Amino acid sequence: MSAQDTLLYLDGVSVSFDGFRALNSLSLVIEPGEMRAIIGPNGAGKTTMMDVITGKTRPDTGTILFEGRTDLTSLREPAIANLGIGRKFQRPTVFEMHTVWDNLELSLKAPRRPLKTLTYSATKEDRARIEEILDITRLSPRRDRPAGSLSHGEKQWLEIGMLLAQDPKLLLVDEPVAGMTDAETEQTAHLLKDIAGKHSVIVVEHDMVFVRELGVKVTVLHEGSVLAEGSLDSVSANKQVIDVYLGR
Amino acid sequence: MLTRFFLMGLDKKAGVLLTVLAVLAVAVPVMALGTAPDSPWHLSTHTVALLGKYLCFALLALSLDLVWGFVGILSLGHAAFFTLGGYAMGMYLMRQIGSRGVYGNADLPDFMVFLNWTELPWYWHGFDQFWFAAIMVMVVPGLLAFAFGWFAFRSRVTGVYLSIITQALTFALMLAFFRNDMGFGGNNGLTDFKEILGFDIQAASTRVGLFVATVVALAIGYILASAVVASKLGKVLIAVRDAESRVRFLGYETDRYKLFAWTLSACMAGVAGALYVPQVGIINPSEFSPASSIEAVIWVAVGGRGTLAGPVLGAVLVNFGKSYFTAALPELWLFALGGLFVLVTLFLPKGILGLAAQLRERLPARATVTAKPADQKGV
Amino acid sequence: MHRAFCWLLAAFLALAAPSAFSANLGAADLAPLVRGLGAGSYADTEKALAGLAETGDPAVVPVIEALQAGDLHIRKADGAVVVAKRAGNGYALTDPLTGAALGEADRNAVEKIRINNALRRTISATLGALTLMSPDANTRRQAAEAVFKSRDANALDALNMALAKETDERVRRAMTQARASVLLAGDASDADKIAAVDVLKERGDQDALALLNGTANSVSNGGSDAVKDAATKAIASVEQRLALWGAAQNLWYGLSLGSVLLLAAIGLAVTFGVMGVINMAHGEMVMIGAYATFLVQEAFRQWAPGLFDFSILVALPVAFLVSGAVGVAIERSVIRWLYGRPLETLLATWGLSLALQQAVRSIFGPTNREVGAPSWMSGAFELGGLTITYGRLWIVVFAFLVFGALLVALRKTWFGLSIRAVTQNRSMANAMGIRTARVDALTFGLGSGIAGLAGVALSQIDNVSPNLGQGYIIDSFMVVVFGGVGNLWGTLVGALALGGVNKFLEPYAGAVLGKILVLIFIILFIQRRPRGLFALKGRAVEA
Repeated sequence: MSAQDTLLYLDGVSVSFDGFRALNSLSLVIEPGEMRAIIGPNGAGKTTMMDVITGKTRPDTGTILFEGRTDLTSLREPAIANLGIGRKFQRPTVFEMHTVWDNLELSLKAPRRPLKTLTYSATKEDRARIEEILDITRLSPRRDRPAGSLSHGEKQWLEIGMLLAQDPKLLLVDEPVAGMTDAETEQTAHLLKDIAGKHSVIVVEHDMVFVRELGVKVTVLHEGSVLAEGSLDSVSANKQVIDVYLGR
Repeated sequence: MLTRFFLMGLDKKAGVLLTVLAVLAVAVPVMALGTAPDSPWHLSTHTVALLGKYLCFALLALSLDLVWGFVGILSLGHAAFFTLGGYAMGMYLMRQIGSRGVYGNADLPDFMVFLNWTELPWYWHGFDQFWFAAIMVMVVPGLLAFAFGWFAFRSRVTGVYLSIITQALTFALMLAFFRNDMGFGGNNGLTDFKEILGFDIQAASTRVGLFVATVVALAIGYILASAVVASKLGKVLIAVRDAESRVRFLGYETDRYKLFAWTLSACMAGVAGALYVPQVGIINPSEFSPASSIEAVIWVAVGGRGTLAGPVLGAVLVNFGKSYFTAALPELWLFALGGLFVLVTLFLPKGILGLAAQLRERLPARATVTAKPADQKGV
Repeated sequence: MHRAFCWLLAAFLALAAPSAFSANLGAADLAPLVRGLGAGSYADTEKALAGLAETGDPAVVPVIEALQAGDLHIRKADGAVVVAKRAGNGYALTDPLTGAALGEADRNAVEKIRINNALRRTISATLGALTLMSPDANTRRQAAEAVFKSRDANALDALNMALAKETDERVRRAMTQARASVLLAGDASDADKIAAVDVLKERGDQDALALLNGTANSVSNGGSDAVKDAATKAIASVEQRLALWGAAQNLWYGLSLGSVLLLAAIGLAVTFGVMGVINMAHGEMVMIGAYATFLVQEAFRQWAPGLFDFSILVALPVAFLVSGAVGVAIERSVIRWLYGRPLETLLATWGLSLALQQAVRSIFGPTNREVGAPSWMSGAFELGGLTITYGRLWIVVFAFLVFGALLVALRKTWFGLSIRAVTQNRSMANAMGIRTARVDALTFGLGSGIAGLAGVALSQIDNVSPNLGQGYIIDSFMVVVFGGVGNLWGTLVGALALGGVNKFLEPYAGAVLGKILVLIFIILFIQRRPRGLFALKGRAVEA
């Protein structure tokens, strides 16, 4: 398959820390508009993969192309984010001192240069968009509260809201339902499926119920490379996968 | 549009502070010049200069709060920017002495004649013009801060590492300025000034004029800092302070934001230094010492970092205490200052204004959940 | 003058040659000769001087030296020749031969024996000749060195005489060199001069180089081309050797400064490097160690002056315990509330440093306190072209001992294991039954105690004042950060590297500029490698 038509194209990506190979010649392709779930045991390289894509960690070897042409390995985090790659962290990271509204305003797609932000004031469209996201994430009643005072689940949702405000082409979502109740988990799954219509999404998750709920193509990582790929049912039947992960 | 930008940061706190400054700008001239020397309302030239000095320190504290309180950069080298601004002004004042120096040399300051120099070094040219010196007061500290910040922020030096190298920076400058062949008067620095803009620098009216200029500079600095902090840029800065890497993943080049605040802060510190020099009458390399930078940090901590008004209050209070102690109980001053460092960090992490805000929040509305303060980010 | 000198020398040599050392007369026999120095005219003085020289008795050397220094006076009352030194308003008198005190005298009661330039030359030649024959090898060697410097042609005969009798190898060498120096200055034959050039080439120091340069460039005093050639070649050889020794000397200075930096930084490597606590009062721990040394020495001076040489050894454990105890107190009272807030820790400990400085200033006063060096730490020895003082040598040795001991303590002891366990995973260590709070306090105490040890060493080379610590705090942080936080070997390499670079820059840039350059270098270096030379890599660091 040609790299040209893909949204994200990883080929032979390796990273090691002090001799430990976190990623071992990892190859992965995400198509425009696709939603992909990534599963794997602890230490399989899921978070490192996200770090490599978003520029936090530089790979030792390998190619990472975005939209088939932009080489991500030479770019810094902000440049990658501005290309249209958004990331939600495993531990919800919101700006605790800022209000919910300000968190969304900061994330909103707008010029990112210092002098532009110095003179920025929210337009009518900007405000409408923030209102809309507040509705989607059910945070409207909390809009003027500092993000630090939100509950864990609300913070997760705020962070998803921030991703929406960024309006990226590709969302990387790391364990979005960790620490959520069953009801919240279900709502989150719906929310992500809604988003997937307009954006490509990569979800890293441990929770099998949640992954089943998403009903998308699954990639199983093991020791830094791809072990199996396919529907959840087909990978669940894969003997290797059962050995390293599911069967335990 | 511009007015709106400058007004948007002003709140009740700002109102109080600006009112106090306005009162000072009127009352001090009246009391210093309009009353008889034996009147109880009379302010001596000495007192006016002392008040002026406090306000210069307040402006320095304000500039420090901009980077420490809002971006989380603890600078232990802000005295460097302050002193560089002071030297730029001092060079202008030296050139104004003209042929009235001890050696009567119209072209060279006394210390250069003393060192047997025959011509003015290139970097002293232009400083006989006030407008040039006034620009340099901001440009020199600004450029240094820009160059330093450019390297430091790009390579992601943060936390205590950054603090320690800012300290090394001001220490290196101190050693450099102690050298005679730097051309800044070595040990003795620059002093024996005669006049500024044609006014006798010793005259009571000139001192009052300088005081008012300081009040105005502080007010402008405050309004500017408030506006920056209240803008979206200010929100990005606070976000950088609390979770820098998260801001990067939102697509903001955090280095540039830090560089902006850092350079602006250095320029403000430079202005404070420039106003300080004519009022105390001397500038020498000991102002660069790391200790003076750290002392400025405690003014900010006492007043309350991240509040803008707090540091102004803190600078005035601590320096008033210093004037009192060093005159009445000189032995105890370092104990008091040292104790202040310990007590404020242990018991008053948000300073006086922070404490006031906490009390106000707690008393009327027990029902509302107060915001958890974000923990200081580690190294 | 010249005639008088020849006469003097001839008389002296005639006497000295067969039995110079056995011809010593008693003080009583010398006394009339000494008295003759004050007889009146310059000529009389010169004659008396010759008489004294004839005796060849080393006892007359101090008399002639006093004459040279202008201390010899005539007591008007009885015409006696005395040494008179200013004391208060008058003079304190001593006997020139015996050194016995003769009471005090009014300013008008004595008259100075005056000397002119001609006499002065005779005096130094006489002294030179006398001392060249001295029974004491050191005196003879110094005399030879004096001739080497003065290049006095008049001393040549005396030198030849002395050389013929000399048995001590080192003195012989000094005399040969002095002879070469004199020969090159005069109009000796080419062969003699070339031989002299060789001797100077052997000597190979700055002085020899200066003489050789003079020879190579001399046109006026008729130096032939052969001599000049030889001198030019010798210069090249000497310069090369000097450059080599110069580098070695710099290396030693660098090692010496590096070991001082290491001592100052090593405690910080524990508190900052291992625990991550920014202790701005670290310099004051060093200062307290230095004052502890002072107190121990005072106690020795008071009660056991004979054992003073051991005071430093006693000071070591005392300083370690005192600084360590202060450290533990600081940790328990302030720092433990501030873990995880490095910037606040920095400010609070800075405040403590101010208070500690003022406390010491209030107790001991603001001036420098005198800390003495034990005899085994004073003096110096030469190693080829190097001069090494014992004090510096011991500090280098001590720094490495402390470093080694700390390394062993951290690696091999239960306490060291606990420290590493707590720094790597606090909650797990807690769960394993390690009392983490206690380990914190003791670790901080260990770092502070080591700073106290550094204070003992630094009291030997620095002023013991309340500001002692201030001078080291920035350097120490630079060393630890440069070497890589959390890595003791990094601290060692950092200290030695910075010490070396500093000392190698000094000859070109001067001490202050050198230091500034080093600071700028570190600032730039930290920006390139924010985690220092030996950084830990990987996930653990990023957290």
